[in-house]
Amino acid sequence: MEDCIKLHYVVDGQDFVSCGRASEDVKRTLKSLGISSQVIRKVAIAMYEGEVNMVIHADGGIADVGIYADRIEIVLSDKGKGIADIEKAMQEGYSTATEEIRELGFGAGMGLPNMKKYTDDMTIESELNVGTTITMRVNIV
Amino acid sequence: MNIEKIANAIDANVVVNSDAEIERFYVGDFLSRVMGSAPSDSCWLTVMNNVNVAGVAVLAEIKIIVLCEGVMPLLDLKSRCEMENIALLTTRMSVFEASVKLGNL
Ligand SMILES: Nc1ncnc2c1ncn2[C@@H]1O[C@H](COP(=O)(O)OP(=O)(O)OP(=O)(O)O)[C@@H](O)[C@H]1O
Ligand SMILES: [Mg+2]
Repeated sequence: MEDCIKLHYVVDGQDFVSCGRASEDVKRTLKSLGISSQVIRKVAIAMYEGEVNMVIHADGGIADVGIYADRIEIVLSDKGKGIADIEKAMQEGYSTATEEIRELGFGAGMGLPNMKKYTDDMTIESELNVGTTITMRVNIV
Repeated sequence: MNIEKIANAIDANVVVNSDAEIERFYVGDFLSRVMGSAPSDSCWLTVMNNVNVAGVAVLAEIKIIVLCEGVMPLLDLKSRCEMENIALLTTRMSVFEASVKLGNL
């Protein structure tokens, strides 16, 4: 089997005042492994956006990160309300965030576009009222 | 440039100090805009005041946060900045005024 470091996090759905802890831990781990700062930056941005989305749109979820010799894989899965129209959700500026969430600085509709932009591959699987799973890969170059 | 130089230019109060040296700036309040566009090792001007601001700075490698328009940092934002070695400044200037001053340095 391929060598890999696996990290697993439960992301709390209530804590939208201070989310991002899983992403910060991944960042620290990658740093301690000597991964390049460009790769760390991509992973940190993409994972943070996905983590925040699980908190503010899906009542929390699970984050699994696999660190391989040539890539980092991030799987975010939740049992939230799902995304009705993925194509629309991927558009810059599209957001269903509430006023309360916007007051915290979220809701620009840039999270999913950032995830796409900063990863080498991203797939979204989502079913209404069942949940969403987002898989992302960042190559180590 | 360092924090002393920035603070002098915009008449800022240094709430959390550091020895950061930065060359680039970014302005914005929507966190995912900042996350996607702020350059690393930068100084960020905003009016957004909550602990997520520090979280974004950590992940986007922003070294200095300037709260403009007289916004006073919430305690958990301040302590998070201390913990993460991110400088935190406050100024009474508007984001525009502060940007003009910093842009002219
Ligand atoms: N995990 C999820 N579960 C359910 N809906 C989601 C999920 N992630 C995203 N969405 C939907 O897709 C929309 C766009 O997401 P995106 O992250 O781009 O923007 P946002 O979260 O609304 O704002 P921002 O990320 O800029 O703070 C959301 O407003 C929400 O409707
Ligand atoms: Mg989002």
